[in-house]
Amino acid sequence: MGLIISAVVIGGGLLWMLYLSIKGQDVDRRIVYVFVGATVALAIIFRLEFGEVATPIVKSVFDKIENLPAGSKIVLSYDFDPAMAPEVNPMANAFIRHILEKKHRLYFMSLWATGQSLLSVSLNDVLKPEFPDAKYGVDYCNLGYKAGNEGVLNVVITNFRKMFPSDANGNSLDSLPMFKDVESLKDMDLLISVGGGKPGVKEWILFAGDPGKVAMAGGSAAVSAPLLYPYWPRQLIGLLGGTKGAAEYEAELIKTYPRFKDKSMPALRMMGPQTMAHVVIIAFIVIGNVAYFRSRKKGGQL
Amino acid sequence: MTSKIAMRILTAIVALIFLVSWITRSGSGMSDSAFTNVRDGFLITFAVFLTLSIFSFLYRDNPFYKFAESLYVGISAGYWMSYGFWSTIVGNFVPRASRSLSEFFHVPYQERADHILIYIPIIFGLILLTRLLPKIGWLSRWSLAFIIGATAGLNLTRYLRSDFISQVSNSFIPLFVDWKGAGDFVSHISLAADGQFIAILSNWVIFVGVMCGLVYFFFSKEHKGAFGVASRIGIWILMITFGASFGYTVMGRISLLVGRITFLFGDWLNIL
Repeated sequence: MGLIISAVVIGGGLLWMLYLSIKGQDVDRRIVYVFVGATVALAIIFRLEFGEVATPIVKSVFDKIENLPAGSKIVLSYDFDPAMAPEVNPMANAFIRHILEKKHRLYFMSLWATGQSLLSVSLNDVLKPEFPDAKYGVDYCNLGYKAGNEGVLNVVITNFRKMFPSDANGNSLDSLPMFKDVESLKDMDLLISVGGGKPGVKEWILFAGDPGKVAMAGGSAAVSAPLLYPYWPRQLIGLLGGTKGAAEYEAELIKTYPRFKDKSMPALRMMGPQTMAHVVIIAFIVIGNVAYFRSRKKGGQL
Repeated sequence: MTSKIAMRILTAIVALIFLVSWITRSGSGMSDSAFTNVRDGFLITFAVFLTLSIFSFLYRDNPFYKFAESLYVGISAGYWMSYGFWSTIVGNFVPRASRSLSEFFHVPYQERADHILIYIPIIFGLILLTRLLPKIGWLSRWSLAFIIGATAGLNLTRYLRSDFISQVSNSFIPLFVDWKGAGDFVSHISLAADGQFIAILSNWVIFVGVMCGLVYFFFSKEHKGAFGVASRIGIWILMITFGASFGYTVMGRISLLVGRITFLFGDWLNIL
């Protein structure tokens, strides 16, 4: 029903704009903004959702975490800010669920100051309520933020304790059981950076994954995802690109672990509005071209 | 004069909506504590105000947008600075500098002989601040020289290895993946993403794309004949790449819009 109402409202509006364009009348840019906003709002209100299937580049990350033996050491770095959060936070939360479900050891850190606060939100909203048995210092720990961008990675690739004398809560790393057999990033089984700016996935590949010869996976905001694809599959085992990548991972997680079906899966919910907005933008491009070619045929100018 | 009155009326309306929203949100709070409900009501309402202020720029520039923008810039700068202090000065310097300071800041003291080295970056950091004093501002160039030199040196080796040598190596890919003859290929042909046909096609696209892209940037020979055709394919490859990047950018921006509208409808209006 929601899809029909949305289609009628959006389709009607688009036809009206096509009519205006053909008549040679200008369409104010603010009408375009309102139209895109209304499309997204309708899709959210009517909860439009479309099925997602994991593509190989996303599936390879999922399979890597899935196939690691229980107790494997995985670093998850929150390298993003609130502006990127709607896109990449769902990836980070999906990683937390999957990693702890498989009983791996999870080491949180951040190269962005804003990442530490967003990490606290994930800990309070996802990790603690959904995995109440996970013990701090044994199953997971939070190293927090450290200034220095790629310089931080350059140090922790040889020695964690030089850069992180203590964790985010002021505990010495030597007091945490999960750090007993960890000297540097080279002791990790998998590194995951979730971000979209600098420092981000690229810096992790250059300064940690490649020199340390450690398996590296990433989750990136859509803006920077195209720049990271060339690293796949040899320097990057897989990549979650934008909301689409996050939704594919969530779909795969639900397929493998149905108990997560009732949990919040924001990326899957976002793909409905996303798809509708893309359809509208494509329609605008078509309308613009129709108007252009008609005006050219008449010898006029736009 | 008329625009001033209109602005005052608009400000009064916004303030009234803000107040009503705050009262309503505080009344529908989930916590047992009245203080928490009032605080959360204020925070949500203020976040809504800032979101709508930023959106208002789509209509035209206005004081609400300017206020939200300035607040964002100021808070961001303060936030990063305070985190820098607590994570680096308190997190890394204090535990190595003094036992009493470590106890004061509740961080574990580290007793090691090589801690004298940590004063070098502290000195460089302090002389960086001499830019604020014009007479000795030249001292800050030492710190900048160190930062630029160290960054250039580190990046040179890492980029050369990962972005050049490894990327060239990554381009050496089999053009006939799992090839067991034409008969076997035709009998097993499928459009599955992990199938042989798609793998071969992908590798050919990468091979042709890299070669033609390189030809386009080769300016020592006139782009004519076969060379010109390769160059033209190269520019098509570049255009498709830019188009894909733009498509991804659109997806990113729409995701942010979805995030904000979800917040407005869910956290504020409670209609989701």
